[in-house]
Amino acid sequence: MTVTTPDRPQVAPESATATTTYREAVREAIRAAMRADDRVFLMGEDVGRYGGCYAVSMGLLEEFGEERIRDTPLSESAFVGAGIGAAMAGMRPIVEIMTVNFSLLALDQILNTAATVLHMSGGLFNVPLVIRMATGGGRQLAAQHSHSLEGWYAHIPGLKVVAPGTVEDAGGMLAPALTDPDPVLIFENALLYNREGPAPDPERPVDLVHAAVRRPGRDVSLITYGGSLHKTLEAAEALEQSGISAEVIDLRVLRPLDTETVLASVAHTHRVVLIDEGWKTGSLAAEVIARIGERAFYDLDVPPARVCSAEVPLPYAKHLEEAALPSVERIVAAARKVVGGG
Amino acid sequence: MTPTDGLTREHGHELLLDMLRIRRMEERCAELYQKTKIRGFLHLYIGEEAVAVGAMRALTPDDAVVATYREHGHALIRGVSAEKIMAEMYGKQEGCSRGRGGSMHLYDAPTRFYGGNAIVGGGIPLAVGMALADKMQGRERVSACFFGDGAAAEGEFHESMNLAALWHLPVLFCCENNLYGMGTGIERAQSETRLALRAASYRMSAWDVDGMDVLAVEEATRRAAEAVRSGGGPHFLEFRTYRFRAHSMFDPELYRSKEEVAAWKERDPIELFRQRLRDAELLTDDEDAGLEALASDEVERAVAFAEAGTWEPVEDLERFVLSEPAPQREVAS
Ligand SMILES: Cc1ncc(C[n+]2csc(CCOP(=O)(O)OP(=O)(O)O)c2C)c(N)n1
Ligand SMILES: [Mg+2]
Repeated sequence: MTVTTPDRPQVAPESATATTTYREAVREAIRAAMRADDRVFLMGEDVGRYGGCYAVSMGLLEEFGEERIRDTPLSESAFVGAGIGAAMAGMRPIVEIMTVNFSLLALDQILNTAATVLHMSGGLFNVPLVIRMATGGGRQLAAQHSHSLEGWYAHIPGLKVVAPGTVEDAGGMLAPALTDPDPVLIFENALLYNREGPAPDPERPVDLVHAAVRRPGRDVSLITYGGSLHKTLEAAEALEQSGISAEVIDLRVLRPLDTETVLASVAHTHRVVLIDEGWKTGSLAAEVIARIGERAFYDLDVPPARVCSAEVPLPYAKHLEEAALPSVERIVAAARKVVGGG
Repeated sequence: MTPTDGLTREHGHELLLDMLRIRRMEERCAELYQKTKIRGFLHLYIGEEAVAVGAMRALTPDDAVVATYREHGHALIRGVSAEKIMAEMYGKQEGCSRGRGGSMHLYDAPTRFYGGNAIVGGGIPLAVGMALADKMQGRERVSACFFGDGAAAEGEFHESMNLAALWHLPVLFCCENNLYGMGTGIERAQSETRLALRAASYRMSAWDVDGMDVLAVEEATRRAAEAVRSGGGPHFLEFRTYRFRAHSMFDPELYRSKEEVAAWKERDPIELFRQRLRDAELLTDDEDAGLEALASDEVERAVAFAEAGTWEPVEDLERFVLSEPAPQREVAS
């Protein structure tokens, strides 16, 4: 069974049309945006001549030139701040930060300027800026290259925070982010770049509002986003084998959260597991559970559960890193437990 | 080129051997990466060996060293054993960081080797703080900080230069200018490409050094380190060098020409120095072969050690998030 509200498509379509990779979907979205609007430009470290540290912008320099595919020095605070300024002065910058870890050098600009200006100026100045960055672990890059801090960013009023988990969203979220009058942060889990899936369909634009039911189910709601989506879908597959029907909700938009879709799911499954690559304490998972507690406490048959990253800086050694990150096995075990088959 | 006059045979051999130790170890690392024994990011120092080798000689065991993710050579020459370095890259618990850091995060307390920092510019303020502690406690030690040309665009670089100069701190800034920050050439990243000049604008002594000439590096670093140690405030050395290999193992090198790389390889610090030793009749064929053998043996021992190493038990994953009541490891004074 499916939770549907007529005005929004919720289950990702089994599109028979072209497939592409997550990386190419992002690249094509940038290309399309730049062709459509000459105020749009891409700026960041090694986006031009190098082709992007994850090869997302490969080939764009040749098409658009150095003015619009703009390599920056290693100056995160300065080029993010410059993106804010350019946005306020009429441009539509896409700022790429290599990874969320390095965004911390620009956190001052993101939080103290981008997120505050509109409110602080009494509504005078908005910041139509898009910041894209890679996030997530699982590549043995150790504790300064592996963390998932999108939950932190989702804490900040004044920002919109999105985490495309599918190829369709990877390509589809950029256009609405660029037309949004306020700063939008797009978190691309680096393990997803090579993933293939149905290409975004220009006829079916995606929104920056709703969570999506990626797989309907009856017995338990598995709520997740970003890099954990595919692990969760795999877990749901495995649960199906043992007769447990799991519904998988992809939050997609981490701020503002689409609480309604979450509550609608919990209303019929009565059991919930949150899967979040962030650390458990103060996580986005905690926020979602708090909202369920506030608004749907009596819908729950059992206490909610969470599968998050271990509360450690992510280690290099493969076996330790694997032990620290959410895994299909841990998701399955947590779901079994709340369903009572544990 | 610095003249070899006055260079002893022994000194020359030590310098050549140290450069070979780094080169052979890292060549092996590249192979081991292909064999997936080493994973994550691996940044090779090949081509830049003269800098770490020459500079480390000017430091005493009391001094502190802070480096970047391209730090295998610095760690090795500072005195971290090749075994511990290799085991770290394997992710084994016998590694210098228990396998938790990997290639980019080598740490060692006895040699006061404070990492392996993978945030560009991140180590610079750390060195400033160490120097502050020494100054406040009246210790005559040097905090040496290695970082790349790319780091000179970060705010932390400028903030640290200012602080070190303002407070007259015993920091030795060692900028390894290899002309690229990943794929971005220095002229496309820095408005003033003479980085020593920028440091000088903070009113500290700063000059550039031929980083392919190990004797020049040693001489300059001795001069600067002595000045720092004797209360002369921070000094800044810009070593002009070149990375022969890709930035990391994932770099198609679209941003520089093969000709440019080939031209720099003509100035390979090891080959240059080897030739000079021979010209000065300070190195025979047998001696040369002997040094090569020492370097290769060390690498083989390191690989064997790493292979024989063990995985840290998963139950230990949450150890050292906070300090433990009875420290398990030696802590630097
Ligand atoms: C704050 C930050 N931004 C970006 C990166 C990604 N990155 C790693 S190394 C590097 C190039 C640094 O160049 P440089 O300082 O010249 O050192 P080199 O690699 O040449 O030794 C970049 C961009 C990072 N690690 N940290
Ligand atoms: Mg460099």
